[in-house]
Amino acid sequence: MSTKEKAAWYVGALVIVLYAIVPVVYIVSMSFKSEGALAEKTFFPTTATGANYSGIFAGNGSDLFLPALRNSIITCLIATFIAVVLAMFAAYAIARLDFPGKRLVLTSALAVAVFPVITMVTPLFNLWRQVGLYDTIPGLIIPYLALTLPISIWTMSAFFRGIPWDMEQAAQVDGATSWQAFRKVIVPLAAPGVFTTAIIAFFIAWNDFVFGISLTSTSRAQPVPAALSSFTGSSYFVQPTGAISAAAVIVTIPVVVLALVFQRRIVAGLTNGAVKG
Amino acid sequence: MSQQTQTRTAGDVSVSRPVRGRARGSDKARAEARLGWYLAGPAFVILVAVTGYPILQALYESLFSYRLTAPADRAFVGLKNYGVILTDSLWWSALLNTAMITVVTVAVELVIGFALAMVMHKVLGWLRPIVRTAILIPYAVITVVSAYAWQYAFGLTTGFMNAVLGLDDFDVFANKWSALAVICLSEIWKTTPFISLLLLAGLAQVPSDMTEAAKVDGATAWERLWRVTLPNMKASIMVALLFRALDAFRIFDNVYIMTNGAAGTETVSSLAYNQTISRLEIGLGSAVSVLLFVCVLAICFIAIKVFKVDLARARGEG
Repeated sequence: MSTKEKAAWYVGALVIVLYAIVPVVYIVSMSFKSEGALAEKTFFPTTATGANYSGIFAGNGSDLFLPALRNSIITCLIATFIAVVLAMFAAYAIARLDFPGKRLVLTSALAVAVFPVITMVTPLFNLWRQVGLYDTIPGLIIPYLALTLPISIWTMSAFFRGIPWDMEQAAQVDGATSWQAFRKVIVPLAAPGVFTTAIIAFFIAWNDFVFGISLTSTSRAQPVPAALSSFTGSSYFVQPTGAISAAAVIVTIPVVVLALVFQRRIVAGLTNGAVKG
Repeated sequence: MSQQTQTRTAGDVSVSRPVRGRARGSDKARAEARLGWYLAGPAFVILVAVTGYPILQALYESLFSYRLTAPADRAFVGLKNYGVILTDSLWWSALLNTAMITVVTVAVELVIGFALAMVMHKVLGWLRPIVRTAILIPYAVITVVSAYAWQYAFGLTTGFMNAVLGLDDFDVFANKWSALAVICLSEIWKTTPFISLLLLAGLAQVPSDMTEAAKVDGATAWERLWRVTLPNMKASIMVALLFRALDAFRIFDNVYIMTNGAAGTETVSSLAYNQTISRLEIGLGSAVSVLLFVCVLAICFIAIKVFKVDLARARGEG
């Protein structure tokens, strides 16, 4: 590659980095603007203030934000855990065993993944109100499984298919019991795939908005994305722009950090199976 | 990468194990089938229950005139709800908006996503991990946050974009086309990384000796791209295209945050939501949901028949 060509690719790389971070930097900068500075319509604040953050953590926004943050964390962690455990069993069976209906399991996972979420909302809204699951955390976890299970099954079965299952028998030949062989050989090989799947499933649950605003109504179960859209300003006429920005930054930081720390694995997980025909 | 190498070396020391295709009906095969269903069964049952029940319920509810505010007036009306919706211009405008958003965002994302994938493919050294990391940021930011960022950037009272674009005090979100454009921008920003990662994986599968051979034969860069690179990436392009199209067709979060369907920006999903949750018109809302489901099925059907995408294969089965 010539130097000129190389320089062009480097400029391209710079453009990508800018593309990725500019909207994020902007929302961070909004979160540090005071109410007056918002009207300046600038990218960066002229003077930075932490008022928006103290507002959502200790001020009048905290009644809404803190429970929502707790709800989001609990709901997403439980949904991720259930999805990953169930998907792990399913993926093991798909990768390892020969059973009739294997294709059916994979196809239905795919069908559920393309299912329009809004179509689920109307009936669930009705049913949840009748059975008392409306505005509860379990009432969100169940629909979250529809979001997280399909991708977990696909991602993990792609990972598991790459595991050399014969090694466990080799270990048994060498004198290990089958449980020992499974634990010492297969578990360490499968762990990265399980972990990656958990991160991707968590991202998907964390991103949910539709279920959050339709199936919850109070701080009992409302997750952060839904709570963001019901923020109110210091008076009816003031838009809660600063508070929303600050809350948006708080929900963004943990997932962005996760994405950055595990970028290699996430990329592998997202593309695994998608292109290897 | 390292995982693959590991796999290969490990495979070499393996002992042989009975291969698939052993006589069916033997005790062993039966036991294996039973174990398979014990393991895969719970996930399968949940998948079917959490989506099968709602679609059947929506089908049923769509046949009733039913408002939550007047539950006593609930009455069976057959297909009347569908008639009401399909003759209403609101439905057609929502469908047209959704179709437009889908076509525009997917087309733009394919082009930008491919460009990003090319850069990531070509850039080497210390810059490569930085670029690959940066591209994951939009993927990790939740859609609602990205919607707010774009809304504030174009907002009349807060945004800097009007000044940048010289729009003075033109209210972007009060005009249908400009509002749709910003909705598309936000959607594109958030989801292009997903496409470009799929395309990058596809690029990695193009045999480099083929591009080299074409180069030796005197093909221009453009010809190499159209004749060698793209045809070899067909599978990953198709997967990216179909998954993004289905996703874009279900667009909701961005619309809800930025306009909530005002200024004629209603999409099929936001129409279904507004009918059900805001207006509590369960019957009509269910009918819209069913129609949305039918549209998604149609997209899948077209993709599989016309473009001959074998999804199961493309997703790595077999």
